[in-house]
Amino acid sequence: MEKFKKFSGIVAAIDRPNVDTDAIIPKQYLKSIKRTGFGVNLFDDWRYLDPGAPGESNAERRINPDFVLNKTPYDHAQILLGRENFACGSSREHAVWALMEFGFKVVIAPSFADIFYNNSFKNGLLPIVLSPTLVDQLFAELEQQQDYRLDVDLENQLVTNAVGFEMPFEIEDFRKYCLLNGFDDIELTMQHADHIKAFEAQYYKKFPWL
Amino acid sequence: MTAQTLYDKIWAMHEVRRDDDGTRLLYIDRHLVHEVTSPQAFEGLKIANRQIWRKKSILAVPDHNVPTIGLEKGITDPVSRLQVETLNQNCDEHQLVEFKMGDIRQGIVHIIGPEQGATLPGMTVVCGDSHTTTHGAFAALAFGIGTSEVEHVLATQCLILNKSKNMRVTVDGAVAEGITAKDIVLRIIGEIGTAGGTGHTIEFVGEAISNLSMEGRMTLCNMTIEAGARAGLVDCDQTTIDYLKGRPFAPTGENWDKAVAYWQTLHSDADAIFDREVHIDAASIEPQVTWGTSPEMVISINENVPDPASETDRIKSGGMQNALDYMGLAANTPCKEVFLDKIFIGSCTNSRIEDLRAAAAVVKGRKVADTIKLAMVVPGSGLVKQQAETEGLDSIFIEAGFEWREPGCSMCLAMNDDRLEPGERCASTSNRNFEGRQGKGGRSHLVSPAMAAAAAIYGHFVDVRLLDRNN
Repeated sequence: MEKFKKFSGIVAAIDRPNVDTDAIIPKQYLKSIKRTGFGVNLFDDWRYLDPGAPGESNAERRINPDFVLNKTPYDHAQILLGRENFACGSSREHAVWALMEFGFKVVIAPSFADIFYNNSFKNGLLPIVLSPTLVDQLFAELEQQQDYRLDVDLENQLVTNAVGFEMPFEIEDFRKYCLLNGFDDIELTMQHADHIKAFEAQYYKKFPWL
Repeated sequence: MTAQTLYDKIWAMHEVRRDDDGTRLLYIDRHLVHEVTSPQAFEGLKIANRQIWRKKSILAVPDHNVPTIGLEKGITDPVSRLQVETLNQNCDEHQLVEFKMGDIRQGIVHIIGPEQGATLPGMTVVCGDSHTTTHGAFAALAFGIGTSEVEHVLATQCLILNKSKNMRVTVDGAVAEGITAKDIVLRIIGEIGTAGGTGHTIEFVGEAISNLSMEGRMTLCNMTIEAGARAGLVDCDQTTIDYLKGRPFAPTGENWDKAVAYWQTLHSDADAIFDREVHIDAASIEPQVTWGTSPEMVISINENVPDPASETDRIKSGGMQNALDYMGLAANTPCKEVFLDKIFIGSCTNSRIEDLRAAAAVVKGRKVADTIKLAMVVPGSGLVKQQAETEGLDSIFIEAGFEWREPGCSMCLAMNDDRLEPGERCASTSNRNFEGRQGKGGRSHLVSPAMAAAAAIYGHFVDVRLLDRNN
């Protein structure tokens, strides 16, 4: 996993609550056995007017000119602004892969679905929870300014707008540590292999039927 | 010792270590695997040259991509076929237990786990699928994980987790005649919202819950994820124990007695404190029908589709209007005047034998309305299908005009050929009414099996309680 560095990025917004993972990456694309190739089908049903199929080129498909990610400068946005319960629904990590492959590094919302929130950290995507009031403010600022940018500083846990207004955010220490260092969870857990074995020894003595 | 919730107890039994920063390592007993979310995990394992920690913990099955018709041709879609073949290869290579296509035990992963007794009380159960919450019906801590976590469990038998908060939903009293687990859970989601359980594990208690069969409890816990909760739990009682006895993966002999003695401790202490409590009056629950594109957008059969104009919150009101536009519905339409094109009885929510019996009881001696283009029943597993056929349920459905299919996830998420066409409206016993879930442009209304069956007969929603049922 790449180390998460401080950056400034264009913000794109999707102004609806409960954006689900079926919307982020529709089911037909989950048939892939790879981790890559999902970016072009991010928000597929909203992004294209014609239906699509896995493995088929998207070049011939008519794009929906009204959808935010089809417009400049949002077609190279790195920060996605959303509403409550972002990415609810299915556990598909493909949703994170699709967002990242499109170019997103951060998603800001008042709340996230648990599984998506977990999946994000495993891939280096940073989900940031801000208060509904702050999120409202960001939506309002974005409406005023087309190439609206935000600075994201994970080390200091700050989102900052162009006029220097700072919005601190919370993140668990372990998750922050892994993102900043680009650490692989499995490697870290493997360091506790003896601990797991010791646990198993007493556990199966106690629960012999398992 | 302080009083513990059921969740606290199961968690404590599985905590391998706790670091100073609060990060904990939790041990996983059962790992269910299917074809969609596992290939990248197996690949990751191979690239890093890692071994599978405990092969015995794994039970694998293809379900999302399997066709429900023309099985003799195999999977004709090459992309779907490759995914199922990849699962077969991975399981063969690592010598994992897999119920392949053609095995009578094959079916939807959340149906077959409990059916085999592979889900036991007190276990931690994970699967790369959000509806893993189903298994909480057995007083097991069960939740969905992403592919990276699938790989993590394969390699270490553990997950790095933070503990959720405790929430208790009490459904007071008994439900009225004709009200099912599906109606109970849809009503709960309508009450607390699709993010109402976020960050929590929900324990369901109350007379209405205790009265549920294991099938009903699975329906209830299955949809806990639609309330945003990490997991759902029902405590272990005699109903649980009776269900498990004699199942292939369940303990036997002396181990059975030891297990039962332990399982009987799997309930919250009387004075345990919950971070959040919700009460629902069981008697007030009517048959539920979702009208929108989120499971929280739900009304009872005798209500009208709501009007966004009556919602003061701007974001909510906008969300309601989006949903009405997508669903092709006008505000204030009576639920009973919503006409359907297709009927789907199936999915990990409602494809167990009890669900099929309930639907068949409505359908028996009646015909599917001429206006319905397709009505299909997809049993949850080969064994459910076999049982239904032994009871003659297949004939009841077929005579009424339903299609009787092979087991799989089918039109719940339309990864195989079973799907809605743009604009088609479906009464579905599945769990998600999201935009495009059952096919691009498709419109899904979530209901119980009995309500779906009644809608098939009339062509529109009706209050199933007003029909004579042949059971």
